[in-house]
Amino acid sequence: MSSSAPSDRSHARTLLHQMLRIRRLEEKCAEVYTQGKIRGFLHLYIGEEAVAVGAIGALEDEDAIVATYREHGHALMRGVPMGAVMAEMYGKANGCSRGRGGSMHLFAVDRHFYGGHAIVGGGLPIAVGLALADEMLGRRRVTACFFGDGATDEGEFHEALNLAALWKLPVLFLCENNGYAMGTALDRHEADVELIHKPAAYGIPAEKVDGMDVVAVERTVRYEAETVREQGTPRFVELNTYRFRAHSMFDAELYRDKREVEEHKKRDPIALFTARCREEGLLDDEALEAIEKEVAEEVRAAVEEAEAGEIEPLATLASDVVSREVP
Amino acid sequence: MKRATYREAVRSAMRQAMSGDERVFLMGEDVGRYGGAFAVSKGLLEEFGPDRIRDTPLAESTFTGAGIGAAMGGMRPIVEIMTVNFSLLALDQIVNNAATMRHMSGGQINVPVLIRMATGAGKQVAAQHSHSLENWYASVPGLKVLAAGTVQDARDMVLAGLDDPDPVVLFETMVLYGMEGDLDEEAPYDGVWRAAVRREGDDVSLISYGSSLPKTLEAAEALSKEGVEAEVLDLRCLRPLDQQALEATVRRTHRAVVVDETWHTGSLAGEVVARLVEGAFYELDAPVERVCTVEVPIPYAKHLEDAAIPSVARIVTAAQRTLGKG
Repeated sequence: MSSSAPSDRSHARTLLHQMLRIRRLEEKCAEVYTQGKIRGFLHLYIGEEAVAVGAIGALEDEDAIVATYREHGHALMRGVPMGAVMAEMYGKANGCSRGRGGSMHLFAVDRHFYGGHAIVGGGLPIAVGLALADEMLGRRRVTACFFGDGATDEGEFHEALNLAALWKLPVLFLCENNGYAMGTALDRHEADVELIHKPAAYGIPAEKVDGMDVVAVERTVRYEAETVREQGTPRFVELNTYRFRAHSMFDAELYRDKREVEEHKKRDPIALFTARCREEGLLDDEALEAIEKEVAEEVRAAVEEAEAGEIEPLATLASDVVSREVP
Repeated sequence: MKRATYREAVRSAMRQAMSGDERVFLMGEDVGRYGGAFAVSKGLLEEFGPDRIRDTPLAESTFTGAGIGAAMGGMRPIVEIMTVNFSLLALDQIVNNAATMRHMSGGQINVPVLIRMATGAGKQVAAQHSHSLENWYASVPGLKVLAAGTVQDARDMVLAGLDDPDPVVLFETMVLYGMEGDLDEEAPYDGVWRAAVRREGDDVSLISYGSSLPKTLEAAEALSKEGVEAEVLDLRCLRPLDQQALEATVRRTHRAVVVDETWHTGSLAGEVVARLVEGAFYELDAPVERVCTVEVPIPYAKHLEDAAIPSVARIVTAAQRTLGKG
């Protein structure tokens, strides 16, 4: 399977540019991680870029997003500046969560980006609640809730789908199925690996899309998001993708065969999309080079910003635990 | 001022809050058509309609999480969890989401949700409906924790909790819902964050809250008949604890008994004792006593249940020990 064709040159350029921003930023993250500049958990999205780029590109700016701990790409796509993302991973005061969250907890509430959440399944009830507030306040927006295949094991997944359907709330559930719940393969953690059977049990319309085809993701999510917006009721999309890198930097990948990874790399979403754009005559060497150059410069500047950032003074350690001290 | 039950006081506060602020709504199991498991929300569905009085599925984690999400989205939700025992199913949402969100986002967001739940034993409903776990919540930074031991506080704490920009966990005492007391529906309510002296006395401080407060007051009266005048301090706010009031009471009496229905080990009383020792050690003339729940899952049979939880007799005996009697 190849990638679908974008509509025109500008569309081709935008999609490739966004996917490359995520890819190159994360390659740099892995590099500086080995230098000890980023610590803790670092979950790379490499291989899955078409999902965030296609899906978030298909949303309106005012739509809310709830994401997982593998959310660097989602934050970038939502317009969080790359420097603020990198500085957060460096634990600096100029990070988008002021060094309190790190890689797993990027937040930009002014952009309706309600965070990376690291308890698997824990973001789903939050998304339902955001949609409930929208419904009660008469705001016509969609809440897009990202989660992985592993989250479908959790009770909160089932509870949240049920509540969203019961109360008819505008949530778009986006299941990033990369085939593994951390290191446990889908058929080893799910009795029924056909994930769209689960929303069906709650009467939620669902469809699957090739998560390696950025144009297909964009088309599908645009349709689904518009339908949620129009009807005010939840819908579900399963995006089939694959993680090329380890689960986190601590993962020795004992649970999967290197050949399996190599096989999936043949469907690298960036390579597939680039090939298709070339075939269609929408991107040439010169254009590709220009995009790479622009991205490299942005990554370089982001690292510089992170390196130059101040650390939070220790005096602020316990700040923002509550927003108001008791009288 | 009028006479009302503790249950009516909570209801009156919710009605007042919902009338004054369209963002306030109530959700929980059986809060609507059933009228609330303890009849607290009886009549509110008829008054405010199903959009604002929402019966939820039996899914504590998700309806609590939805309350947190709705608060992040600009609403002022009241989440009713039937009892603290069931709240353990929502502990992930309360501890990992509500309590962390502000700090973890670098101060970008606050979560103004009020989570009400009943706590305590005394109704012979056995181990899975009778526990007191206020101390668990009181140990979590990012939460504020209130416990109502009087009719007036049952009203005031709902309103103060809703006015607060942070997640507030409010403990209502199951056995006190029918208790009658004075209720001023126009009283200011921001005093609930501080401990209150409920009875003055110079001989010993009895420090308590919530379910144990009426028993503690009764014990103070019994002690008075023996010539011992006890000061009764009602903690009211379990997080943050009122350190000043704790130190002030032992500065007056130099002796203390802490009464608390959580289990002895790791009890909230243990924290109170530690704070007295840290802040007022040289004021103490006798070892501090604790009256807590015996370390057993609350049993069904009445005589066993009564023996498990703090009683007037145990409080009196403990107070006497601090005075070198008995």
